Amino acid sequence: MKINLNSKLFNAPIAIALLALPFIIDALFGHGWVRIADFALLYIMLALGLNIVVGYAGLLDLGYIAFFAVGAYTYALLGSPQFGLHWPMYVVLPLGALIACGFGVLLGAPTLKLRGDYLAIVTLGFGEIIRIFLNNLNAPVNITNGPQGISAIDPLQVGGFSFGGSHEWMGLRVDDVHLHYYLFLGFTLLVIFISRRLEDSRIGRAWVAIREDEVAASAMGINTRNIKLLAFAMGATFGGISGGLFAGFQGFVSPESFSLMESIMVLCMVVLGGMGNVGGVVLGGVLLVALPELFRHAAGPVQQALLGKVVVDPESLRMLMFGLALILVMLWRPAGLWPSTQRRREFNADDSVLQQEQETVYDASK
Amino acid sequence: MEIFFQQIINGLVQGSVYALVALGYTMVYGILGLINFAHGEVVMIGAMVALAALQALLAAAIAPVLAVLLSLMAAVAVCMALGYGIERIAYRPLRNAPRLAPLITAIGVSIVLQNLAMMIWGREYHSFTLPFTNDSHHLGGAVMNDVQIVIVIVALLIMAGLMWLVHHTRTGRAMRAVAENPAAATLMGVDINRVISVTFMLGSALAAIAGFMVSANYGIVHYYMGFMLGLKAFTAAVLGGIGNLRGAMVGGVLLGLIESLGAGYIGDLTGGFLGSHYQDVFAFFVLIAVLVFRPSGLLGEKLAERA
Repeated sequence: MKINLNSKLFNAPIAIALLALPFIIDALFGHGWVRIADFALLYIMLALGLNIVVGYAGLLDLGYIAFFAVGAYTYALLGSPQFGLHWPMYVVLPLGALIACGFGVLLGAPTLKLRGDYLAIVTLGFGEIIRIFLNNLNAPVNITNGPQGISAIDPLQVGGFSFGGSHEWMGLRVDDVHLHYYLFLGFTLLVIFISRRLEDSRIGRAWVAIREDEVAASAMGINTRNIKLLAFAMGATFGGISGGLFAGFQGFVSPESFSLMESIMVLCMVVLGGMGNVGGVVLGGVLLVALPELFRHAAGPVQQALLGKVVVDPESLRMLMFGLALILVMLWRPAGLWPSTQRRREFNADDSVLQQEQETVYDASK
Repeated sequence: MEIFFQQIINGLVQGSVYALVALGYTMVYGILGLINFAHGEVVMIGAMVALAALQALLAAAIAPVLAVLLSLMAAVAVCMALGYGIERIAYRPLRNAPRLAPLITAIGVSIVLQNLAMMIWGREYHSFTLPFTNDSHHLGGAVMNDVQIVIVIVALLIMAGLMWLVHHTRTGRAMRAVAENPAAATLMGVDINRVISVTFMLGSALAAIAGFMVSANYGIVHYYMGFMLGLKAFTAAVLGGIGNLRGAMVGGVLLGLIESLGAGYIGDLTGGFLGSHYQDVFAFFVLIAVLVFRPSGLLGEKLAERA
C-alpha cells in the first residue's frame, strides 16, 4: 500500500472538515464537547503509540500509561511553580519525549526474553511502580507533591503565543479549547503520518515479522533485540509527547490520571478499533472517548424520562454499558471494528480464498 | 525480632489468600492459555454474597456456626455459577480468536461485575464481622488470632484437596490431559468443553473461599477489593510459574511473605527514605527481577513459545 500524499492524508474535504470540526461541535453541543475532542486527540496519539508496540510488534504492554505519566510529569516539573522552573514548551516537550523514550528502553531491555503474558504482567508491574513512585515521592524530599499532584502548570505556549487563552483574529474569537484542538490535531496527524510511513518501512515489516514468528524473523537476519527495543522506544516517545501536551492542556497532573485502568483503556482502543491498522486505532480512540461521555450525559436524563426518577447511579451505569460494549464488540468482531487488510484476510479465509491459495501453491510446484 | 515473627505471620495469612486466588488464574491459564482478568472480581462477588447471606441468616436467628457455613456455601455456589457463565459468554465463543480478543472481553466482564456490585451494594465499605469472638494468641511476642489460624489451615486443606483432585481423579486426569494437548485429549474421548467448565467452576469456588477469608481477616468488604487482590494473585501465579499448580501455591505464599517483610523493613533498610506505602512496589520489583532471571517463573518448566 503506497501512500499517496495527495489523496490519503491531505484530502481536501477531510482537511476542511477537521479544521471546522471544533466550531461545529461548539455550535451543536457546546464548549465541553470541544474539550472532549481535545482529549480524544490525546488518546488517539497514545493509542497510536501503543499500536506500534502491540499492533505492529505484537508485544503486549499493559503499563503503557507510564510513559504518558513520564511525559506529563516532565512537563509539570519543569514548567510549574513546583520548582519555580518555567522552561519553554519547545524544550520541555522534546525532553519529556526523550525521557519517556529512555524509560521505554529501560523497560524493554530486561524484558526482551519474555513472551506473551509474562511480558504483559511485567509491563503492568512497571506501570504500577511508576504510579506508586509518583504517588509517594513527596517525602522526605518533595519532588512530585504526592497524591495532591502538581497544579498551576504553565499553559502550552510558543514564543509569546499562548494556547491557554482566547485570541481574536479578524473578528473571529478562538477559544483555548479550539486552539488546543488545532495543536493536538497537528501532533496527531504527525503521529499518524509517522505510523503509516513506518508500517511499510523496513522497520515496520521487521516488527510484523517478529509478531508473526520471532524465531523465523531472526533467521531472516532481523536483529530482533534492537528492533524490539526500537518498538518500545518509539511507542514510549509518542506516549511522552502526548503526556506533555496533556499536562500543559490540563494545567494539573496527579498520579490518579495514570492508573492501570487508563492503560487498559488505551489497549482497548487499539484492540477494539483494529490492531495494527492506523484507521482502526483512530476509530477506537474516538469511540472510546466519545461513547462513555455520551452515556454520562444521557444516562441520567433518559432514566428520568422513562422511569420518572434516577434509579441507577449514571456513573456506574455508564461503566456497565462500557463493559458490555467491550464484550459484545469483541464477540461480534474478534479482530476489531476495522482490522488491517492482512488480518481481515486471515480471519475471512473462506473456502474460495483457501482454494485460490492452494491453487497458487500448486502453480508454484508445477 | 518480634516484628519479624509478626510480619511472617501476616505474610503467611495474606499469602494463603493469594495462593487460593492464584490457583484459579493458573488452572485457567494452564488449560486455555488465557489470563482470566475477571477472576479478581469473582473474589469480590464471593465476599459480597457471603456478607449478604451472613447478614440475612443471622437476622433470621440461625445458629452462628451454621450461618457462617451456609453463607460460605452460598458464596461458593454463586461464584461457581458466575465462573461457568463467564466462560460460556465471554471466552468460549472466542476460543479460536486472536489472543487479545478474550483479554478484552475479560476486561469487559471485570468492569461489568465491578459496576454491578457497585449498583447493588453501593460504593461504601461494608464491615464484615464474624459472629464469634476472635481471640488473639501470643506466639513468641507476635500475635495471631483465630481467624488467621483458620485461614492458614483451611487454605492448606483446600490446596491438598485440589492436588488430590487433579492427580488422583478422573476429572483431574482429564484436566491434565487437556492442559497437555487439547487435540490429543479430544481424540482420547475427553469432553474438552466440560473440562474447561469444571476448571472455571473450581477456580471460582476457590475464589469465593478466598474472598470470604480476606474479608473475615480485614473485616471490610468493598466493591473495588477484587482488583488489586486479583492483580497480586496473578503476580503470584506468574512468580511461581503460571500454569503450574504448585507454583501458584509457592508463589502466593512467597509473595505474601515478601510483601509483609518488605513493608516491615523497607523503612529501616533505606534509612527512612522509603516507607511501608511502597509495599506494592516491592511485590512488583521482585516479580520483575524473578522474571528477568527466570523467565518461566520459579517452578515453571521450560515453556515452549506461548505467544
